[in-house]
Amino acid sequence: MSELVKKNASELVELLQSGEITSVELTHAFLDRIEKLNPVLNSYLHVNAKEALATAVEVDRKRAAGEKLPMLAGLPIAVKDNLTTTDAPTTAGSKILEGWIPQYDATVVKLLREEMMPILGKTNLDEFAMGSSTEFSAYGPSKNPWDTGRIPGGSGGGSSSAVAGFLAPVAIGSDTGGSIRFPAAVTGTVGTKPTYGAVSRYGLIALASSLDQIGPVSRNVLDAALLSDVISGYDKHDSTSLPESLGSMAEAAKSGSLKGVRVGVIKELNGEGFQPGVKARFNESLELMVKAGAEIVEVSCPSFEYAIAAYYLILPAEASSNLAKFDSVRFGMRVTPEGNPTIERVMAATREAGFGPEVKRRIILGTYALSSGYYDAYYGSAQKVRTLIQRDFDAAFEKADVLVSPTAPTTAFKFGEKLEDPLAMYLNDIATIPANLAGTPGMSIPNGLATEDDLPSGIQLLAPAREDKRLYAIGAALEALHEAVWGKRMIDFAPEVKAGA
Amino acid sequence: MAKAELMNYEQALEKFEVVIGLEVHVELNTNTKMFCGCRNDFGDEPNTNVCPICIGLPGSLPAVNRKAVESSIAIGLALGCEIAPNGRFSRKNYFYPDLAKNFQTSQYDEPIAFEGTIDIEVPSGAVYTVDIERAHMEEDAGKLTHVGGNTGRIQGAEYSLVDYNRAGVPLVEIVTKPVYGAGAEAPELAAAYVRSIREIVKALGVSDARMERGNVRCDANVSIRPHGQEKLGTRTETKNVNSLRSIERAVRYEIQRQAHIIANGGTITQETRHWHEDRGITSSGRPKSDADDYRYFPEPDLVPVQPSNELIEQIRASLPEKPAERRKRLQGEWQFSDLEFRDVVNSGLLDELEETVAKGAKPQAARKWWTGEIARLANAEGKDVADLAITPADVAELATLVESGKINDRIGREVLQAVLEGAGNPAKIVADRGLEVVSDDGALQAAIDEALAKQPDVLEKIREGKLQAAGAVIGAVMQAMKGQADAGRVRELIIERANA
Ligand SMILES: [Zn+2]
Repeated sequence: MSELVKKNASELVELLQSGEITSVELTHAFLDRIEKLNPVLNSYLHVNAKEALATAVEVDRKRAAGEKLPMLAGLPIAVKDNLTTTDAPTTAGSKILEGWIPQYDATVVKLLREEMMPILGKTNLDEFAMGSSTEFSAYGPSKNPWDTGRIPGGSGGGSSSAVAGFLAPVAIGSDTGGSIRFPAAVTGTVGTKPTYGAVSRYGLIALASSLDQIGPVSRNVLDAALLSDVISGYDKHDSTSLPESLGSMAEAAKSGSLKGVRVGVIKELNGEGFQPGVKARFNESLELMVKAGAEIVEVSCPSFEYAIAAYYLILPAEASSNLAKFDSVRFGMRVTPEGNPTIERVMAATREAGFGPEVKRRIILGTYALSSGYYDAYYGSAQKVRTLIQRDFDAAFEKADVLVSPTAPTTAFKFGEKLEDPLAMYLNDIATIPANLAGTPGMSIPNGLATEDDLPSGIQLLAPAREDKRLYAIGAALEALHEAVWGKRMIDFAPEVKAGA
Repeated sequence: MAKAELMNYEQALEKFEVVIGLEVHVELNTNTKMFCGCRNDFGDEPNTNVCPICIGLPGSLPAVNRKAVESSIAIGLALGCEIAPNGRFSRKNYFYPDLAKNFQTSQYDEPIAFEGTIDIEVPSGAVYTVDIERAHMEEDAGKLTHVGGNTGRIQGAEYSLVDYNRAGVPLVEIVTKPVYGAGAEAPELAAAYVRSIREIVKALGVSDARMERGNVRCDANVSIRPHGQEKLGTRTETKNVNSLRSIERAVRYEIQRQAHIIANGGTITQETRHWHEDRGITSSGRPKSDADDYRYFPEPDLVPVQPSNELIEQIRASLPEKPAERRKRLQGEWQFSDLEFRDVVNSGLLDELEETVAKGAKPQAARKWWTGEIARLANAEGKDVADLAITPADVAELATLVESGKINDRIGREVLQAVLEGAGNPAKIVADRGLEVVSDDGALQAAIDEALAKQPDVLEKIREGKLQAAGAVIGAVMQAMKGQADAGRVRELIIERANA
């Protein structure tokens, strides 16, 4: 294997800028590895070799000609397959969109093209991002590079397995309840959900509009920051995007320190149901931070108890409406039943054949939650919980600069383990969901291997809305402490994935 | 679809009180659509003014058209409404192929404008105050054309075509509170109300306001209850009644139909009904209940509309003159009697008249043309005057031609007919067809000679002081010259002859 693919993105950018490597060389290195390992990992649903190389050629030509290039020009990237791309099919992991090539690029994809980053391909996800394991992808699950018998997290398991398996240096994910952070935790990578509105959602196939947020997937905090600086910013096409800039995350990541930082431990996310090894590693990190000058304070967020319940009302409600457009009339799959079918029967047959079980489950749940007579009890109450959770955060951030918790209760579980038990699956997101409900930013960084299974665990950092810089500053500082203790990056502990396994 | 049995109208009103409610959709004439940058012009080649947003492609998001918000505020203010400091969009969820996203982005519990009133004058001169419940913004759906089958409806069609040019066109829906107490005048009030809304949005310049093009559409709710009964009767909603005349007829029809049913021990079904212009009846549409479940919820892709006080006051300051004040002013300027003026107002021709006068016609002449011949022709064709293919400029030109003596009234009517048939403007028609009145004495003298030859005793009668005898000769001359003779000049020449 080319050692090039194992380097952090920030190092690769320096090599590109200094002319030590070309973008074509780098892009080829990743494409070669994809060719070899994607059959095993199923990280990508579609590989865009030709288009990626064309971008790389263009970057190299411009660099050779001495033209000014954007910061990350020539650095390859993978994009989750729920963002629209005009040069590649976009499926959102669903059969109902099989073969659909969008007529427009998502704003984030447009920004990546402007940055001249070769897009390697589209990564796998649970259908319409509904799931925590990629087992609900209509195109088969992605595998965890640490153990191909285990899930890479979800919904963004394609991006996490690509970045953890060195099939891409960085990737784009989307996080509705933990879909960037949970996969990061179980694959030993970094996943960030920015403040709601920091990154335009235009072109992101919506799951739950008020919860969805696009963010970076990477192997370290600085890489996440570099990518965040490319994809963030106001977009007139997304009315919910923030008009003001949140500043440079790369600057924040480079100037991180824990000295004098008040780190809040969320009482409600440090108790039962967490795997002992995950908890042990979490407590070690707290000690590390104290040694580095941080102060640990305990905070209470009593309403977090209702977060999952509220989330599983708001999400299906919005999703049931967002997914109504998949009706065969204008795009995507069309199933025409026997006989002389009416439009209603064509729509029904298409949705019956095109949607998987988890999608149907949530559409039914959401339709029910919005029904007249139930609206107040379900959707209305859930919105109230949302307000309470925001208040919990506000109170907690009075006492602490940043909040921490284990990202997920467990390490990566085995395929099939929770497939028949939706509630157990939903509980994976217990620590990540509150940030989506409150619109606040969160980041998961590698937090060492759990002793009982030698699998990665993650620590989640949470900051107030618009204070994303704190995550990068404190995350980078903690990451440096970890690497000093471990002697290398956590991803370097990962066993080599065997081709054809 | 048999014609329902109807109760005599006067009898129906003796027995029942009528309650109406009106929902008027006004299509805004913004340059672009409600939530995207596509041109707001659905007359173009089908599916040309479309984009990922208005055809609801996955991943697309709406962004509110600021101009549409301002137009909606202007409508709200003109109707005396409060403007919501925090208006929200909601999704109205239902599946239909003309609805690109299978939900309509509309306003539900937080409309942009609410609680207004408007005074409406009906033809009798009575004035009713209509309370406005709300005016809210929403997007239009695409247009379906059902091919095959013979009803033009989706049932029985072989296939259907969808044109999304209209999808996302901005609409303002204005909803009244129930209107009580109009009695026998309820149908006239309904029509006069819609006419007022049309006048207002036209004066505001926010809509083209042409009913025949669907710029203004009305759904009329009608219910009746025995006099003295507290509980409201079951209502029907007659959809898309698209002319003022039809609104009046449809409301009257519903009153008579419902009265017959109730008087015979039946019950009214709560439903939408369709108005059939040709047969003058309504027919049953789909049953509608208050429990229709559209699963409304706040549109998460849009932030609330929060117009600043400055913006609201700025719009308020730029509102055109209120219709009532304008009417008072115009009546004074034109020096019309109350009766003459009311006739103009009731015919809905105030705008036309004002424009015609502005183009140079004398007010009385303009009035006579519009409320006389033009109204008669419209009536004969079962249309609204505003829907005829004639402009105020045409009428001003016509009036000026008559005023100057270039043509007479009769020729004027002929020219009018030609304008309506699309032959061009009046001056052109007069020139093309050589219709100008002949006042050349030579030609007239020849015709008079010929006429006198057949009626030799006329000159003698005139000399005896029986001036009316000239009439017969004038008539003969006019006939000979196909009406194009200058009758005044002919008369003068005959009298000159007699006295020679
Ligand atoms: Zn459009």
